[in-house]
Amino acid sequence: MPGKVVAGPEEALSDLRDGAVIMVGGFGLCGTPENLLAAVKAKGTKNLTLVSNNGGTDEHGNGQLIKNGQVKKMIMSYGGECKAFEEMALAGTLQVEWNPQGTLAERIRAGGAGIGGFFTPTGYGTLVAEGKETRVIDGRNYVFENPLRADFAFIKAWRGDRAGNLVFRKTSRNFNQVMATAAQVVVAEVEKLVEPGELDPDSVHTPGIFVDRIFQGAQYAKPIEKRTVRPRAGAAA
Amino acid sequence: MAKDMDKRTAIARQAALELKDGDYVNLGIGVPTLVSNYLPPDVIITLHTENGMLGYGPYPFEGEEDPDLINAGKETITELPGCCYFGSHDSFAIVRGGHLDATILGAMEVSETGDIANWMIPGKKVKGMGGAMDMVAGAKKVIVAMEHATKDGKPKILKKCSLPLTGKGVVSVIVTELAVFDVASGGLVLRKKAESVSMDDLKRLTEPAFAVSERLAAFAAA
Repeated sequence: MPGKVVAGPEEALSDLRDGAVIMVGGFGLCGTPENLLAAVKAKGTKNLTLVSNNGGTDEHGNGQLIKNGQVKKMIMSYGGECKAFEEMALAGTLQVEWNPQGTLAERIRAGGAGIGGFFTPTGYGTLVAEGKETRVIDGRNYVFENPLRADFAFIKAWRGDRAGNLVFRKTSRNFNQVMATAAQVVVAEVEKLVEPGELDPDSVHTPGIFVDRIFQGAQYAKPIEKRTVRPRAGAAA
Repeated sequence: MAKDMDKRTAIARQAALELKDGDYVNLGIGVPTLVSNYLPPDVIITLHTENGMLGYGPYPFEGEEDPDLINAGKETITELPGCCYFGSHDSFAIVRGGHLDATILGAMEVSETGDIANWMIPGKKVKGMGGAMDMVAGAKKVIVAMEHATKDGKPKILKKCSLPLTGKGVVSVIVTELAVFDVASGGLVLRKKAESVSMDDLKRLTEPAFAVSERLAAFAAA
């Protein structure tokens, strides 16, 4: 049985070419594949299409690749806090395809599950429905959406084993779980790589069959976008 | 500034009264986030965040922030007992599938037929719709919580929205610092009015005509 474990992001991306379509897991900067994104930046791969919920920030997440001029198109739901994204999208040097967040997730789910598209009530009567087939089902208006697949999916998990089984932690699961089903080559980076048998099979979130390559990330900065806290009870006002 | 805070508080206070004990609710960014601070003590709700969690709690104590635990506004949050996590695809099955009792969100414009515009202004920078289009299409009750008029005193409740829509015919209730309207099949029905505003002023600040509920109630504005 050929192994899925690779030494690191460079080996995992040895066949990544200019013009590739890549799904990038994460929500904001939570659960982003930090080591893979850093490796793409170092490699300098260009004309990329990224399928991802957010634009990241100028320093972290997808934003670092956008700022570096490596991205041709974003398929996403929220630009958010990335200045480079805003400037390039307004100037037209970056193409943007807006998707409602749930539509984005379901298009990826359909792509990974062998479904040829679906009708959703989301976006009916809005700009995102323009040019799309609509249908009335049980008296309600629906919009047809196509499935999404990619050349690569970059997934970040908390734990993973050599068989590719993955466990995510808290809200860092987000788009990672569904994206792991919908690409030709699925690369997972994990905080800790363990031996088969060490993960509780009942608690595996992504079955190993979906994962092609896996490695333990060298380090995780895990930046927080908005650090919000409350005062401790009894603390001096 | 202080006056703006008062308005925000008044809106959040009124919107909180629209929720029932046991509701599963998604709160949008901004004023809607404040709603959980003003729930009556006998109303316990479970909060959904579209990045994949049910049952989140308040902001963490300083030093206890967890980068793997955020809400859809990317703010650090905490777990409450009984909370759970899921992926984005399941999160939007919850939203689109009609499993949420209510969503409370802000808006730039709302129409008398329940259209809502809150995601883009043509020619200006576009942040994206995020989960808002799914939320308004799927939640059982869509509650808009917003200031009644623009900063220039122009109505935000309109006969027809001028901005690109987030959803068409989806809003159930409009809550502002001055009034609470139900969006009924025949148009808007005023259900609550702040004591601080006269009926004439309210009509002036609201573009479409509205009916007045037989059980019109007052609320104290800040």
